[in-house]
Amino acid sequence: MRSALVTAVMAFILYLILTVGTGDILFWSSAEIVAGILLSIVAGIFGRKLLFKNEDYRMLNPKRWIYFIAYLCPFLVAMARANIDVAYRVITGRINPGIVKISPGLKTDLGITMLANSITLTPGTLSVEINEKTNDLYIHWINVKHKEPNIEEVCNGFPKWIRRIAE
Amino acid sequence: MMIDTIIYIFLGIGVFFNGLGSFGLIRFPDVYTRLHAATKCTTFGSIFTSLGVIVYGFYHWHVDSASYGVLAIHAFIALLALVITNPTGAHAIARAAHRSGVYPKRAVVDKLREGDLSD
Repeated sequence: MRSALVTAVMAFILYLILTVGTGDILFWSSAEIVAGILLSIVAGIFGRKLLFKNEDYRMLNPKRWIYFIAYLCPFLVAMARANIDVAYRVITGRINPGIVKISPGLKTDLGITMLANSITLTPGTLSVEINEKTNDLYIHWINVKHKEPNIEEVCNGFPKWIRRIAE
Repeated sequence: MMIDTIIYIFLGIGVFFNGLGSFGLIRFPDVYTRLHAATKCTTFGSIFTSLGVIVYGFYHWHVDSASYGVLAIHAFIALLALVITNPTGAHAIARAAHRSGVYPKRAVVDKLREGDLSD
């Protein structure tokens, strides 16, 4: 019941963002608001088991969202550096590729997904495969410095941030 | 005037990185390094071209009419979707390539091939 309600509220907020500027009750027309309420109730009923698996509401804690917004700063800096690095390698053709393995020690699905996506978007690294039993990531690294790298070299302290956000 | 300059700078950076991504596609030797060029450069380039649209939309929302604000907000949502789906797609392609036996060229190490991941 609670998961259906929270899912419906989040679907309604997303609907309002998508239909902003359609009328003059604040920014929305009355038809859009009614349609949004009806559709988000339907979405909440059918999607209640997708968004909150096992009735786990830890992501509703606002502290995690504040950490997530703070995480965007080091992430965007790393992403800009990644692009300049890849631009350099595209122009010069100096590559030293290989697939390495790291053990970030994250436990939840959301955490490991965020880490894998962050790794793919940052310096010279691309996540290829995951060992689902131990949550080890196999990462294609465009400029391999060591064959047994520590985590800091590959993903610049992201696991610490993600542990605070998602675990 | 000022706003126009900012938008041109954003579009210039975006087009530069998108072009570099396409150039990397031709230049790199195998599927994994090509994915590096194709995902990172196009994500970064598309962030900047979308930022150009967002700045344009918000500026004209302020000056002209509210319908430009809708443009800005929709561009922002498209940007969020892009940032989530682009690395996911790259990961799916890389995983499928490795599983179907395409191994990295000129690789100094391939832990996945040596590894015990036989499921």
